[in-house]
Amino acid sequence: MSNAFKVGQRVLVKDGDPPGHIRTPFFLRGKSGVVETVHGEFRNPEELAYGKEGLPKKPLYLVRFLQVEVWADYRGAPGDTVSADIYEHWLDAE
Amino acid sequence: MRLMPGFHDLGGKDFGPVNQRDHVRSEWDNRVDAVLRLMLEGRRFRIDEVRRAIESLTERDYMSFSYYQKWLAAIRILIVEKELLSEDEIDARLDQLRQKAPV
Repeated sequence: MSNAFKVGQRVLVKDGDPPGHIRTPFFLRGKSGVVETVHGEFRNPEELAYGKEGLPKKPLYLVRFLQVEVWADYRGAPGDTVSADIYEHWLDAE
Repeated sequence: MRLMPGFHDLGGKDFGPVNQRDHVRSEWDNRVDAVLRLMLEGRRFRIDEVRRAIESLTERDYMSFSYYQKWLAAIRILIVEKELLSEDEIDARLDQLRQKAPV
């Protein structure tokens, strides 16, 4: 598998708002996180959603973010985290 | 770039504490579940298409429909989109069933 990022690596979620069916949550766009798990490669749901084949497959990662870096007004513990599955084409190396 | 998330992209909105009670599924819910499973297993459409169809509902419907009402609305959208049935055929069948239904 040709995943560009490794577990523990810092990544930056792309910002922006392309039209269509998007799996990257809006609240994580533009945020910086750490790769927690490399899930493998899967067909691209952004294309499957419109009846296409979604190939070639895209690497999918579980990425962990610090809540205090996601929400400006976060009032929980400073070490609290939130994780989400994000496809490689939504990530840049940081 | 849009400054606001789509109305279906709810992460971070304040809906209060999570309701952790078990949901009770009605017979109607089970039927909708069965129809979707048949469509997926028969490869009539994919789960990603179902989600995309749900996101195409109006904000009002999205926020007021139950979980399975959203599924059924998406099933109808996709059945018409893929020309398995037309809107007219669905409406004609619904009229027929309404006439048969006990008052």
